Amino acid sequence: MPYTEATIRLLSPEGKPVETADNERFRQVIDTLSEERLQDFHRHMVAIRAFDVEAANLQRQGQMALWVPSMGQEAAQVGSAFAARPQDHIFPSYREHVVARIRGVDIMRIIEMMRGLSHGGWDPADHGNFHLYTLVIGSQALHATGYAMGIGLDGACGTGDPERDVAVLVYFGDGATSQGDVSEALVFAASYQTPQVFFVQNNQWAISVPVSTQSRVPLYRRGDGFGIPGTQVDGNDVLAAYAVSLLALDEARNGDGPRLIEAVTYRVGAHTTSDDPTKYRTADEHNTWLARDPIQRYEAFLRDRGASDAYFEEVRSEAADLAADTRRRTLALGTPKLDAIFDHVYSEPHSGLEAQRAWLKQYEAQMEAGA
Amino acid sequence: MTTQHTAAQQSTGAEPATSAQAAAESGLQEAAAQAIASSQPAASGPAASGAASPRTGIQQLPMSKAINLGLHRAMADDDRVLMMGEDIGTLGGVFRVTEGLKRDFGGKRVLDTPLAESGIVGTAIGLAMRGYRPVCEIQFDGFVFPGFDQITSQLAKLTYRHGGAQSFPIVIRIPYGGHIGAVEHHQESPEAYFAHTAGLRVVSPATPNEAYWMIQDAIASDDPVVFMEPKSRYWQKAPVDFDERSAPMHRSQVVREGADATLVGHGAMVSMMLQAAEIAEQEGTSLEVVDLRSLSPIDYAPLLESVRKTGRLIVCQEAPGNVSVGSEVAATIAEQAFYSLEAPVLRVSGFDTPFPPAKLESLYLPDADRILEAVDRALAY
Repeated sequence: MPYTEATIRLLSPEGKPVETADNERFRQVIDTLSEERLQDFHRHMVAIRAFDVEAANLQRQGQMALWVPSMGQEAAQVGSAFAARPQDHIFPSYREHVVARIRGVDIMRIIEMMRGLSHGGWDPADHGNFHLYTLVIGSQALHATGYAMGIGLDGACGTGDPERDVAVLVYFGDGATSQGDVSEALVFAASYQTPQVFFVQNNQWAISVPVSTQSRVPLYRRGDGFGIPGTQVDGNDVLAAYAVSLLALDEARNGDGPRLIEAVTYRVGAHTTSDDPTKYRTADEHNTWLARDPIQRYEAFLRDRGASDAYFEEVRSEAADLAADTRRRTLALGTPKLDAIFDHVYSEPHSGLEAQRAWLKQYEAQMEAGA
Repeated sequence: MTTQHTAAQQSTGAEPATSAQAAAESGLQEAAAQAIASSQPAASGPAASGAASPRTGIQQLPMSKAINLGLHRAMADDDRVLMMGEDIGTLGGVFRVTEGLKRDFGGKRVLDTPLAESGIVGTAIGLAMRGYRPVCEIQFDGFVFPGFDQITSQLAKLTYRHGGAQSFPIVIRIPYGGHIGAVEHHQESPEAYFAHTAGLRVVSPATPNEAYWMIQDAIASDDPVVFMEPKSRYWQKAPVDFDERSAPMHRSQVVREGADATLVGHGAMVSMMLQAAEIAEQEGTSLEVVDLRSLSPIDYAPLLESVRKTGRLIVCQEAPGNVSVGSEVAATIAEQAFYSLEAPVLRVSGFDTPFPPAKLESLYLPDADRILEAVDRALAY
């Protein structure tokens, strides 16, 4: 059983409010939310699932080398993303498509990466401070920590002004917790008392290796030995994910030091489209998690609050439009120019590379002339 | 031909040659042991300068002190420049290269980091994203490998990955090379790994004057620079000219003119090549010596000009020869100066073994005699 007595949950798998003494301060966070914001959570979860399914289809049809499905993890991602303030910096792993979208990144940029057109290429400063995907597992934890060290050196946290103070939110998975870089990031974060939240999406599987092989204790306790307080949240409960993330980010922004959150969730799909989870997971396990689906749970909650059929139809229609738009735009993508091989390897001219660029241009011109 | 002959280079050429090499080496070993083991500063130069008094004129200084002053000046010039590394603050680094910087600039700009090389480089990347210009000290050459992934998979590729939207002005300082009699992992020459990696710049000074100016060039660069410090040259004094810049860090230079063959190398090997040239001169052979200074990119023009004149090239390096910087230089010269060559390009390198126990290092590391043996072979063609 992945949950513990410490798991923070505000909605039951059936979408009913859960009220305990332990979750009271988190419920208070939710009580401040407008109906519109509650619906934003839902719209984004439904939209990204439609996008995700369409992207996987496009991969199967040869339009991308790879797709990285996020199905099942929508609540953990949407909740934590909405908890961040505009001035905060987000360091993703490579499955946080909806976080990118919420921060203002055109999610076609992700399609472009998976299609072999770029390695990212956006400027975080112009894209909601959403940094680039990092494919080497856990490396971004150190970048996030360094960024947060810089915030501390600049005196840009702990001033008591939540509109100005900055925090960092870094995403990684259960598998990444085994990486040395994640442990080193926890050490540096603790040493420099950085304003940051480590957000572990425990989706139970590091490709084919279960979390039980990664850790003998629940991952939210991984911070204990580093002196970093940890909280476990039901990652399929968007309200809990939001509230837990919000309070942790507030503490970080306030100068109270780093925090760690383990969001317990499940990777419903494959690790990537190159993977076949039927080789290592049972149908029983899969079905158990489908019954905990984050979107169904939240829709039950919204229905109980009076959301109409027309509302749900509108959300579904928006999502279908996003999927169709994604397909249309993917099929219209061109190919990069030759110069893209050489551009931006360095910020300043590099004599060896310029010679190679000139040679390739001449070679291509010769081949065309000869053809 | 480049004619950037500074006072420092002339002095390097005039250094006492050779026969006292064994004695000098044992002196180096003492100095190294002192630097590593003692809690007292090993550098015998004057006390670290105050922040308010930039130096002028020409002064005799060891390379460790010259780099220290270069770092000091870079920190004074730009308050986004940070020092990071193990034991670099209060202690001043195991080689005392950062001595006095924490005193002068404070603990927020000179970070005694936790003992984790990947952590140092990885957090430096984040600090650069925040607008800082971190200078990371790797304590010894062989300790860079725990940080290798962050250097080669992240730092080197991040400007490219960002499509140029962000730059990563980070300097990785690595004391490298042998001749100090130290234990395993403390005498290696790993420069080829970094020169092989697109996105990094790699340089190595040979004299205190070059070190003083090149470290400032490296810090001013908007690209990541791996700054290889030839630690066996940390302690010998030579003139540093505080008023006249040395050549830009990516320029190679002829440091001794000659007619019969060309020696090329970098870092500590430059003084070894100059020793060999002194000996050869006494035997009637005129050797030209080229200091590469930059290993990525390599400035081939002065070297090609030299080889077209002498017709013979011997590439010298402490590093193992297999797939080395010297291999690349040899291949390029063979491609571009084929009709000028009177003999095959020869390489004099460390052997393709792990760095041996220190009592064997004088056999492992190329010395003046090994260089001259290769010169004899080249001249025999």
